[in-house]
Amino acid sequence: MTPIAAPPIALGTVLPTLIVLGTAVLVLLADLLPPRDRKAHLGLLALAGLIGAQLATLAVWGGRGPGFRGMIVLDNYALFFHLVVTYAAALAVLMSLDYLRRAGADSAEYYALVLFATSGMLLLASANDLIVVFLAVELMSLSLYVLAGVFKRRRDAGEASMKYFLLGVFASAFLLYGIALLYGAAGSTNFDRVAATPRTPLVLIGLGLLLVGFGFKISSVPFHMWAPDVYQGAPTSVTAFIATGSKAAVFAALIRLVVAGLRTVQADATPVFWALAALTMTVGNVVAIAQSNLKRMLAYSSVAHVGYMLVGVVAGGPSGAGAVLFYLLAYTFTTAGTFGVIALCERAGEEAVNVRDYAGLGRRHPVLALALSLFLLSLIGIPPLAGFVGKVYLFGAAVRAGFVWLAVIAVLNSALAAYYYLRVIVQMYMREPEGATAAPTPSFAGVLGLTIALVGIVLLGVVPAPFADLAAAAVAPLLR
Amino acid sequence: MTPGLLTAVTFLPAAGGLVLAFVPRRRQTLLRGGALTVALATFVLSVPLYLAFDGASADHQFVEHLPWIPTLGVGYHLGLDGISLLLVLLTTFITPLALGSAWRAIDDRVKEFVVTMLVLETGMVGVFVSLDLFLFYVFWEAMLIPMYVIIGVWGGAERIYAAVKFVLYTMAGSLLMLVAILVLYFQHGAATGTYTFDVPTLARWVVPPGPTQNLMFAAFALAFAIKVPLFPFHTWLPDAHVEAPTAGSVILAAVLLKMGTYGFLRFCLPFFPDASLTFGPLMFALAVVGIVYGAWVSTVQPDLKKLVAYSSVSHLGFVVLGIFTLNVQGMTGGLIQMVNHGLSTGALFLLVGMIYERRHTRRIADFGGLWQVMPALSAVFLVAALSSLGLPGLNGFVGEFLVLVGAFQVNRLLAAVATTGIIFAAVYLLWMYQRVFFGEVQHEDNRRLPDLDRREWALLAPVVVLIVWIGVYPLTFTGPTEASLKALIAQVESKTGGTRAAASR
Repeated sequence: MTPIAAPPIALGTVLPTLIVLGTAVLVLLADLLPPRDRKAHLGLLALAGLIGAQLATLAVWGGRGPGFRGMIVLDNYALFFHLVVTYAAALAVLMSLDYLRRAGADSAEYYALVLFATSGMLLLASANDLIVVFLAVELMSLSLYVLAGVFKRRRDAGEASMKYFLLGVFASAFLLYGIALLYGAAGSTNFDRVAATPRTPLVLIGLGLLLVGFGFKISSVPFHMWAPDVYQGAPTSVTAFIATGSKAAVFAALIRLVVAGLRTVQADATPVFWALAALTMTVGNVVAIAQSNLKRMLAYSSVAHVGYMLVGVVAGGPSGAGAVLFYLLAYTFTTAGTFGVIALCERAGEEAVNVRDYAGLGRRHPVLALALSLFLLSLIGIPPLAGFVGKVYLFGAAVRAGFVWLAVIAVLNSALAAYYYLRVIVQMYMREPEGATAAPTPSFAGVLGLTIALVGIVLLGVVPAPFADLAAAAVAPLLR
Repeated sequence: MTPGLLTAVTFLPAAGGLVLAFVPRRRQTLLRGGALTVALATFVLSVPLYLAFDGASADHQFVEHLPWIPTLGVGYHLGLDGISLLLVLLTTFITPLALGSAWRAIDDRVKEFVVTMLVLETGMVGVFVSLDLFLFYVFWEAMLIPMYVIIGVWGGAERIYAAVKFVLYTMAGSLLMLVAILVLYFQHGAATGTYTFDVPTLARWVVPPGPTQNLMFAAFALAFAIKVPLFPFHTWLPDAHVEAPTAGSVILAAVLLKMGTYGFLRFCLPFFPDASLTFGPLMFALAVVGIVYGAWVSTVQPDLKKLVAYSSVSHLGFVVLGIFTLNVQGMTGGLIQMVNHGLSTGALFLLVGMIYERRHTRRIADFGGLWQVMPALSAVFLVAALSSLGLPGLNGFVGEFLVLVGAFQVNRLLAAVATTGIIFAAVYLLWMYQRVFFGEVQHEDNRRLPDLDRREWALLAPVVVLIVWIGVYPLTFTGPTEASLKALIAQVESKTGGTRAAASR
């Protein structure tokens, strides 16, 4: 009998993921210790774990190499997304600390689930195998399904969680089916082997199904229907995390697979992505205009932003992929900050989610109003904020690759989007509040989170060069 | 040349605004005084730009060039030539006046107001001194938001509608310009191997004539035409002007509209000379339509501010007309007319604001016989109105005359039609003046209005001095522009192979 050879296990390639997973377990264990009634320290523990993962990421920066028989790769590309995802998670935790206590939903499970989801995202970023992609997506999604319904007593929380779960599982089935077909065609689930497979109908169908699954997870049109309900029903801190972390992670896998790997089917993929991008940004923006609920509006707006990022995917090549990475970084800071302000404005029991609830915020809390305005202006793409530079990179990549009309569609969409973002600013500064509403009292953690996000969008906007270089360095190993 | 002077002039207002942001909001006098001091200091700082400017040279002066985003070829490149010099001075000159006009008129959220105004000034100066397309675009877009806030927060009843319309119109235009900028950037990069947003570098390159150049011209021109505003892209302007507070209207008329015409001179002509010739007749025609249309619509306005607003459409038509004559007279006229319009329309808006502060109405029908009550204000108003209608001896005449001289060399018929615009201007301005200031006092409310006080004199006197100065001795102001304009014309001619004469007639 031949002994079963243990595959070489290179734990170093998944070090940040391990740290986050370990912290999740620690959080659950620490919950057993007193004090049993306060959970904020667990949040701080989770935060420490995320910071640790970030430091570990920086420590192994520049290192490269496969692990687990090529199922996992460690390269700057993965590490870039590690940074983005851990940032998103850390910002979500920072804004959760006080928000959950006020909402009476503080629990160890919450922080543990955030960390589990984070580890799924980290794994997704370094996955080089379709099986790992599936496992990572499920680890991430299952945690997020639960997180979306963490406000058990609220009616729309149940709806959000249920809808997210059912549609999410549906999408996972598509993903799995696509993986099966690709395995059938390539005889392997490894990205490199799949990429080397000649273009056959089986490969195309498999990829199409894969795309449906991915499209759902990043909420691109026409698979975006879940986003508004989930964004609305989920706790705002979770919404922020879904909008930033999960999208970044899925984009990581998508780009690694499509832009870098599948050169043989590029000609087939480009028109599909072109149409997806154009549809996604247009539908997202047009529907967002009609929303009176701020969280729903931001849900549709995030659909639109996915459309912009798909423009970068269409453009392809180092400039396209680099632009998507930069935009994701900008988008993460901006979106996390936007939801952070919303979380701070919500009070126990009642939500400040209608656009009208922000009337007069400029008077009641000038600093918070200014912060929200800056985040919204960055989402519009007004210089010198992160969103503007991100758009220049994206649209520039499209123009360079010859997709000028797609860039024109994208800029017209940006003008359209300005309308509904400005509406919030109108409420904050140009309308008086209806009835007496108290000024929100931000907690220290919340203010810290917002400050980090604000510094992020200003830095990315004013000195984008180092971050763009970072993104360029990240996509370099992908395209050789 | 003083290094760093342009940066100082550009960013001093915003820096001052940042400091004022930390002043407690109840210290209103300190906030107002501080802002005025910063704006005046900026003006004082900008005067050496004129004094040290070498008018004989067409080169950019006071140049500052640093790398900013080296991987993209974006630089922090500032410079001043004869085309931008006057506009920078106009901006630094008008801003303190606008702040002064708001001294009493704005008593709500004073802190936000002064900070916004100062940030706006940095944006405006930045637009005129940027020699990097990316940097230019940053200032161009960044300046939208303060203006939006000024209209939307401190404006009249329909302010929100006007503010949103203003932003959406201008943004739609400028975003298309962004695409054209990117196309230009990549075309230049592919052709020469140098990927750069540097304006002088790009201007030296000859864009191959053809549909692509035409489309790029169209995208740039649309952005500028909306800003000017050129007929038929003008509909945001009356709304924005009427709803904006006096300070906002003054800035809008005096400086913001000039960014469109400046853009034509700085970018459209040197980058896309062939397309400029192709589209020249169209721009010419639109300008003339704007001149006549703006004047006609002004005639029937019942509201003083709306009348002045529509007159801007007419006056800016002259500027565009002058620019697209592509000869020295016409372009010099267009350039000086930018300054003239800033001064006379700025003054008119200031005066309308002063009347409104006293009577809380701007309906022409509510006035009559104001001369008997407020002789000083009426006299200054007369000077501003006469300057606006182009009376010889005042500034407007110089500009319009030069524009028409230039225009007659290009297209006699259109120039003749444009000339009627001056006649109509006399009609609507004098008729309005007669109804408001002459005759008997019609309304009891008007009988006890106070005349100009010292603060108001201080705001108006410098404008009147300049109005007369330019009218009597325009060379002070046209002199430094000549070399740059001639160089620009030469550049267009050399790029199009001297076909201008044939094509534009």
